[in-house]
Amino acid sequence: MKALYSFLAVIVLILIATLGVNVANMSSVFGIIVPYLAFVVFVGGFVYRVIKWGKSPVPFRIPTTCGQQKSLPWIKQSKIENPTSALGVIVRMALEILFFRSLFRNTKTELKEGPYGPQLAYGSAKWLWFGSLVFHWSFLIIVIRHLRLFIEPVPFFVQMLDGLDGMLQIGLPPIYLTDLFFVVAVTFLFLRRILIPRVKYISLPADYFPLFMIFSIAVSGILMRYFYKVDIIAIKEFAIGLAQFHPVIPQGIGVIFYVHIFLVSVLFAYFPLSKLMHMGGIFLSPTRNMISNNRMVRHINPWNPVLEVHTYEHYEDEFREKMKKVGLPVEKE
Amino acid sequence: MYKGGKIIAALIIFVAFLTFPIFYNLGKANAGPDVPVVQQTATTQCVEPAEYMRANHMQLLNKWRDSFVQQGKTEYVNSQGKTFEISLQSCLQCHSTGTVPNAGGASIPASNTGGVSNPALNTSDQFCVSCHNYASVKPTCWSCHSGPEGATK
Ligand code: HEC
Ligand code: HEC
Ligand code: HEC
Repeated sequence: MKALYSFLAVIVLILIATLGVNVANMSSVFGIIVPYLAFVVFVGGFVYRVIKWGKSPVPFRIPTTCGQQKSLPWIKQSKIENPTSALGVIVRMALEILFFRSLFRNTKTELKEGPYGPQLAYGSAKWLWFGSLVFHWSFLIIVIRHLRLFIEPVPFFVQMLDGLDGMLQIGLPPIYLTDLFFVVAVTFLFLRRILIPRVKYISLPADYFPLFMIFSIAVSGILMRYFYKVDIIAIKEFAIGLAQFHPVIPQGIGVIFYVHIFLVSVLFAYFPLSKLMHMGGIFLSPTRNMISNNRMVRHINPWNPVLEVHTYEHYEDEFREKMKKVGLPVEKE
Repeated sequence: MYKGGKIIAALIIFVAFLTFPIFYNLGKANAGPDVPVVQQTATTQCVEPAEYMRANHMQLLNKWRDSFVQQGKTEYVNSQGKTFEISLQSCLQCHSTGTVPNAGGASIPASNTGGVSNPALNTSDQFCVSCHNYASVKPTCWSCHSGPEGATK
């Protein structure tokens, strides 16, 4: 049901773009105004949310149990999982962001029928990690590859990535490997949500909607590249026009192109409002991004109120004469 | 903000990445590729209409290749009933240096008898290449097939 709502929402978006361009002739709305708005909402919303997060109190360093903390010299410290140096933290964050280290630790819990009744069993579960890794890396490569349509001359690394991606040279234009990986990975992430009862139970429309959006964006792009061909040269001139703030709507471009960029725009505008913000959030993971030096360094709570302290020295200075008079011992004469 | 400096610095880098195309294209002309114009007359049109070719020529070539290599066909009948010889050289008959002398000697004067190429306009032999550079595509065809001068670049 929740999946259905999200699915319908995406279908409605596709219809809006199709009808808007084909029937209402609003290609400049869908080609120019909506993308600009989406970009502004995306950048503004992203920055706003990260700054808002930045303003919230930072908790005390949390040494997680996944690595041996620095201790006695003869106990081997886990320098990356429980780092006491900035370098260790950088490596830990890099592993987290580039290779999803925490997700790699994912386990599954099952009740199994043992000899003495049901038994709790834990096992390694790497499929989610693997699917996510394929998904995110393909996504990144696809985004970088799109730069070839936005900048002229095309830098070498984009050309190289493009060549690598099409290295199997199947068909003309050659099939991109990431296109295949991407669709398979999104499908996997979706099936996981509807086929595993526990995951299905906790899935919300906000979990399905991005999946459907991303899937539709991928499919529209693939259709455009391999089936309903569009004039790439005209599109590149249009894209550069957008980047130069002189956009000119290309002539004779199929509606599939508008569907594609409308979905992308909606996804971008939706990004800061949604769980997709984990792109920025992962950098602020409190259990990952702080040096585990709780007991090596004195940490002063940054939001402690500034109290006026009356130390004993001050006290004695103030009352020395009176203290002497009544015969109380004083430290300084 | 706690660790505000680092967060702001990271955000600035992020926004710089996002606006990279804006700065990269700043002040450049949005001119598109410099594709040599091929004059179209009643008798000399492209294999299929030019709008179709612009987006679909690679698929047409793929079809040509398959029908030549797999089915042994040597001729292609286009949507208007005109017949073309299936060969990459057919394309180059019209899309090549034309009569402009070519130092590399790789142009094919013999196939230029159609008189399609207008030497005044068609001063470049970069028909395929200029477009492909612009779109950042590098067909590998010319590593085996003989192509127009400059196609291998
Ligand atoms: C109007 C510009 C233009 C011209 C002129 C042009 N091409 Fe292309 N060609 C393209 C674009 C754009 C692509 C890539 C399409 C894509 O990425 O989906 C392409 C792709 C190809 C491909 C598929 C390779 C790949 O990596 O996608 C082949 C083969 C090809 N062109 C052959 C030729 C030949 C041969 C000529 C000269 C007779 C030629 N093209 C002229 C624009 C052009
Ligand atoms: C590995 C070398 C090689 C590459 C790379 C290659 N071809 Fe070919 N191609 C051949 C051979 C061999 C034939 C058969 C020639 C014959 O039988 O006369 C052929 C035949 C063809 C033909 C039909 C006949 C002719 O002479 O044109 C077409 C069309 C064709 N190739 C298109 C392409 C296109 C388009 C590309 C680039 C995407 C390409 N080929 C890349 C080797 C290659
Ligand atoms: C009989 C001559 C002829 C042959 C053969 C021919 N073309 Fe063309 N082609 C033309 C003409 C003329 C035009 C320009 C049409 C126009 O601009 O209206 C053109 C236009 C094109 C365009 C669009 C260029 C642009 O600037 O938008 C492409 C791409 C193209 N041809 C590719 C090919 C390919 C690939 C082949 C081989 C399969 C081929 N042509 C064979 C005459 C030919």
